Amino acid sequence: MTVRVLLPRLLADCTGGRSSVALDLPGEATVGAVLDALAADHPVLDRRVRDETGALRRHVNVYVDGDEVRRLRGLATVVPPGAEVMVVQSVAGG
Amino acid sequence: MTTTLLAIGTRKGLWLATSEDRRAWSLSAPHFLMTEVPSVGIDVRDGRTRVLLGIRSEHFGPTVVHSDDLGTTWTEPEGGAIRFPTDAGAAVERVWQLHPDSADRPGVVWAGAEPISVWRSDDGGEHFELCRGLWDHPHRAEWGAGYGGAAAHSVVPGPDGTVHVAMSTGGVYRTRDGGASWQPRNAGISAYFLPGPAPEFGQCVHKIARDAADPRRLYAQNHHGVHRSDDDGDTWTSIADGLPSDFGFVMLADPRRGGRIWVVPLVADGQRIPPDGRLAVHRSDDAGETWQRLDAGLPTDEYNAVLRDAACVDAGDPVGVYVGTRGGEVYASADAGESFTQVAGHLPDVLCVRAAVLP
Repeated sequence: MTVRVLLPRLLADCTGGRSSVALDLPGEATVGAVLDALAADHPVLDRRVRDETGALRRHVNVYVDGDEVRRLRGLATVVPPGAEVMVVQSVAGG
Repeated sequence: MTTTLLAIGTRKGLWLATSEDRRAWSLSAPHFLMTEVPSVGIDVRDGRTRVLLGIRSEHFGPTVVHSDDLGTTWTEPEGGAIRFPTDAGAAVERVWQLHPDSADRPGVVWAGAEPISVWRSDDGGEHFELCRGLWDHPHRAEWGAGYGGAAAHSVVPGPDGTVHVAMSTGGVYRTRDGGASWQPRNAGISAYFLPGPAPEFGQCVHKIARDAADPRRLYAQNHHGVHRSDDDGDTWTSIADGLPSDFGFVMLADPRRGGRIWVVPLVADGQRIPPDGRLAVHRSDDAGETWQRLDAGLPTDEYNAVLRDAACVDAGDPVGVYVGTRGGEVYASADAGESFTQVAGHLPDVLCVRAAVLP
């Protein structure tokens, strides 16, 4: 299946300037598996999104078709075929 | 002609300043704008200048980058320079210290991080290994967090495998076997914020430095208390007499001259401003027996603190002294603190400064 990942402009330098990345995954996947697939080609991007324990960084939000995954099953949230995964920084800092 | 590089890490980016005389400075455009820069190391060994930065995004976390061309380009190792091994079950929050080892150990760079951890690199700071001897120390569960976080902020390598570290709040620890085993070394350092007699560990040491002439002599600025050890950290005695306050964050030692140190006193932990709102460094030329107030060129109205790494010395002759404030002002002295000129003003709050005479 194909999943499209949308990235914030602040992370585009980790993907060669692209703010949208299409991934081909074998069958239904979780958010964690999508991020693993992304990490294989973009390890720096992965470190921006997840820390070394594998946890989503506190001020990074991930949406699957518009639903924030922390309100679902976190990284275990299922990503259906054709879904759009959006990574975005939360409102923080000053 | 000699060029001096001054790196200024702030809460919202890095500025690099250069000078031929350490009085007139040329300031770069900001690097990593809107990214916190809590640590800088300048490594001038091996005939090159490498600027190492610990940077941290509020959103996207911490990382370490380096530049070998004075900031024109920056390199970040793909896998990350500092990352806890999986079995540690921890993630780096902030890199507080990047400290090149001595000239006879080129390539060795030490790092101190939050959560409290010490790291060693053997490739000039591109990859660090966690110092497991300290991470696995049975005291670690009892080390607390200072107001700024739970950090190893001082890493002071010495001769023959000796390294002293200081942390908030655990105090000073020493290894003599290259990091395999560590012992607390806080005897004589106060801890008024803990009940009972001074504990073996738990002190909130803000910064330590090693004497240039006697590697067994150390200096510490504590959370109330200024101390010296003449026995490699085994015991500490107060050297606060003659200072306007025993509170502050900075402790600097002259890299050329034994017995010469600088501190930047603040009124108290409950009043973190320079005494009387007048910024001054205080220098001792006799290992803390007597102190001299130095304020020529420093502002007479200054209510911002100087943080523990927002002051440094270079290795010039005479030694240069640099201080930056949380108000974003940076001052440089080309004469060991006798007089200062302003390098920059109105920057974001200054977290760290590091200076080096370029090879």
